[in-house]
Amino acid sequence: MTFRRFTLAASAAIAVAAAPATAQTVVGVTDDSIKIGNIMPYSGPASAYGQIGEAMSAYMEMVNANGGVNGRMIEFVSYDDGYQPPRTVEQARKLVERDEVALIVATLGTPTTSAIHRYVNARKVPLLFVATGASKWGQPEEYPWTMGWQPDYATEAKIYAQYILDNVEDAKIGILYQNDDYGRDYLGGFKEGLGDKADELIVSERPYEVADPTVDSQVISLADSDANVFFNITTPKFAAQAIKKADEIGWEPLHLLNNVSSSVGSVLKPAGLEASMGLITAQFLMDPTDPQWADHPEKVEWEAFMDEWYPDGDKTSTFPVQGYSESATLIHVLEKAGDDLSRENIMAQAANLNGFRAPMTLPGVELNTSPTDFYPIEAVQLSRFTGDTWELFGDIISSE
Amino acid sequence: MATTDDASLAKRASLPASVDVAEPRTPLLSMGNVGLALTLAALLALPFFTEGFFVFQMTKVLTYAVAIMGLNLLTGFNGQFSLGHGAFFAIGAYTTAILVEMGGFGFLATLPFAALICFGFGFLFGFPALRLEGIYLALATFALAVATPQILKLSPLEGLTGGVQGIYLFSETFGEPPVPSWAPVQSIFGVDEFDAGTYWVYLVTVAVVVLTYWILTNLVGSRTGRAMMAIRDNPIAARSMGVNAAFYKTVAFGVSAAVVGVAGGIGAASTKFVAPDSFTFFVSVSFLVGLVVGGVGWLPGALIGGAFIVFVPNYAEEVSKGLSGAFFGIFLILMIYLAPNGVGGLIRAAADRIRRRSD
Repeated sequence: MTFRRFTLAASAAIAVAAAPATAQTVVGVTDDSIKIGNIMPYSGPASAYGQIGEAMSAYMEMVNANGGVNGRMIEFVSYDDGYQPPRTVEQARKLVERDEVALIVATLGTPTTSAIHRYVNARKVPLLFVATGASKWGQPEEYPWTMGWQPDYATEAKIYAQYILDNVEDAKIGILYQNDDYGRDYLGGFKEGLGDKADELIVSERPYEVADPTVDSQVISLADSDANVFFNITTPKFAAQAIKKADEIGWEPLHLLNNVSSSVGSVLKPAGLEASMGLITAQFLMDPTDPQWADHPEKVEWEAFMDEWYPDGDKTSTFPVQGYSESATLIHVLEKAGDDLSRENIMAQAANLNGFRAPMTLPGVELNTSPTDFYPIEAVQLSRFTGDTWELFGDIISSE
Repeated sequence: MATTDDASLAKRASLPASVDVAEPRTPLLSMGNVGLALTLAALLALPFFTEGFFVFQMTKVLTYAVAIMGLNLLTGFNGQFSLGHGAFFAIGAYTTAILVEMGGFGFLATLPFAALICFGFGFLFGFPALRLEGIYLALATFALAVATPQILKLSPLEGLTGGVQGIYLFSETFGEPPVPSWAPVQSIFGVDEFDAGTYWVYLVTVAVVVLTYWILTNLVGSRTGRAMMAIRDNPIAARSMGVNAAFYKTVAFGVSAAVVGVAGGIGAASTKFVAPDSFTFFVSVSFLVGLVVGGVGWLPGALIGGAFIVFVPNYAEEVSKGLSGAFFGIFLILMIYLAPNGVGGLIRAAADRIRRRSD
């Protein structure tokens, strides 16, 4: 009993002594290094995304070769979670408790990042620029230590809604959506974008489950509803099915396809390039295969980076583009933080981006954040599929 | 139902099995007992000498160990294959998560429910399993493992399971399992409030490991256990001697599922988050890997199996990030090649040699 009381008193004393230090927590930083953690699915079903992590590692090597950030070398610790949430938890704890990183950057995937969302916030570790588009990463009041990066699904959907309101007379909208948080994020944002007119304009909503073999019956029923606008909220496999089916039954609505499935190689080709003509989607990164960027200085620089630092990378994929662009954003934040690399200041700097231009995002895209705005990229540009490539049109649309 | 006559028959039927099972009353057992006592002492002492992250990892090891013991009862002692125990792990995890979040239960109090519910599911699944043997049973259980994550996502269940989003546990304390007031974890281990939850879950896990081991060794050594082994070794002979095969097989399935369900409950508490994507087919496969590595039909092997599935992938990742899966495979093949009967087989062979030398 007395021993217990003693230890209680002792731990209380330690807590008091430690209290001033907790106001500014500096972890993972020395005079000549900054330790940064990252978790990626290098193995498992989502391993294609691992290229984002590899590109980031390569970028950090390049930064170090050029003298680091304010004289500090980046120590980039990237672990594999195989896209399994329990393993993400283990790796995040390893980064925070054993490796003692200053921050964690760009964890990939919604279920995996969800698993550590609470943990990093309880431990007050910055989790910056997560590589997922769920809208839940921008809740600074409840989760002040987590920040997104790419446009969230709801924002993207609002932009489609605005496009319809501005351009389509007498719109009758049919929606196909995946029945999970991703699909509902889009659906919710879309309805919010339509505002009061949502009930009037939407004539049919058809959900599908990821477990469903096809979405054919949903597409047929949407066509039967006489919709002249088709908002297609599907993941790649189902997107290809829906595009193909709509074409087969001769349904020719204004077809809006979510950015998630805008890949030419894995969606439009299987669906049929003819059938995909006229599709509209929203983009925020430069597509490395798009010939119009060939001479863009950022693209030239990216090519040089790929050749020198990441020669194994796939230069036709947008994943290394995203890794590159996210890395540049992080380095910008660290540079701004200067010599005060406490977790609090890193977070404050991340929440204070004013028109930062992340390379390889579309021209005109700017990153803006504030203590109440944790969505860095909120601008996209619409593009139309011409039969062999996406062609941007209109202006950069921002929902800031 | 078994009568006393059944029992003696079952005993006779199980004679061949006693060769490869650690049976009581052999000199090996005293050596084994010392080993078990030392292991337990090491597990209890561990939190004093290490930090929160390692305690968390060891919780994972022990969680797997419990699940592997459960699978071992079914596969090692009753000869039924299952590629679907990840499903019971998921059901146990969700039981704990739902009771903690919606029922306001302490995490410890949810474990009996996880066991009961999984026993129910396992027992029921045992009936169709009666008609399936060997490879066909493996396929049927495989279907169970594949279906479970999808069922958890279904919209009618969403109010309960949280759908794709899953459930965060311990919302009230923002993700740290609350330590009951009667367990002075914080002062004993001198840890901060964050780690207290981790240490508490660890201690519960150690207790569950001990309890599970005790129950299963007694079960295996009992009349029921001998009947199960008789069915494994020669189902026709066992039946002709009056062993009620249907009863023992379904009970084995139920108990095995219950144990795995408790492991799932601990897993949910230590990960503090459950979602359908956490319970893919891969979970079932890792139980099987752990079972084979530790030694089929040897309960203490579960600890080694658990350590294998937690630490070897990490080690493989250090060797090569892109090829971690391949290296894991190489380690596994080496393991099977060098120790075909699992680590359990190696230890028993070594013990035999020592005994022969000392004779």
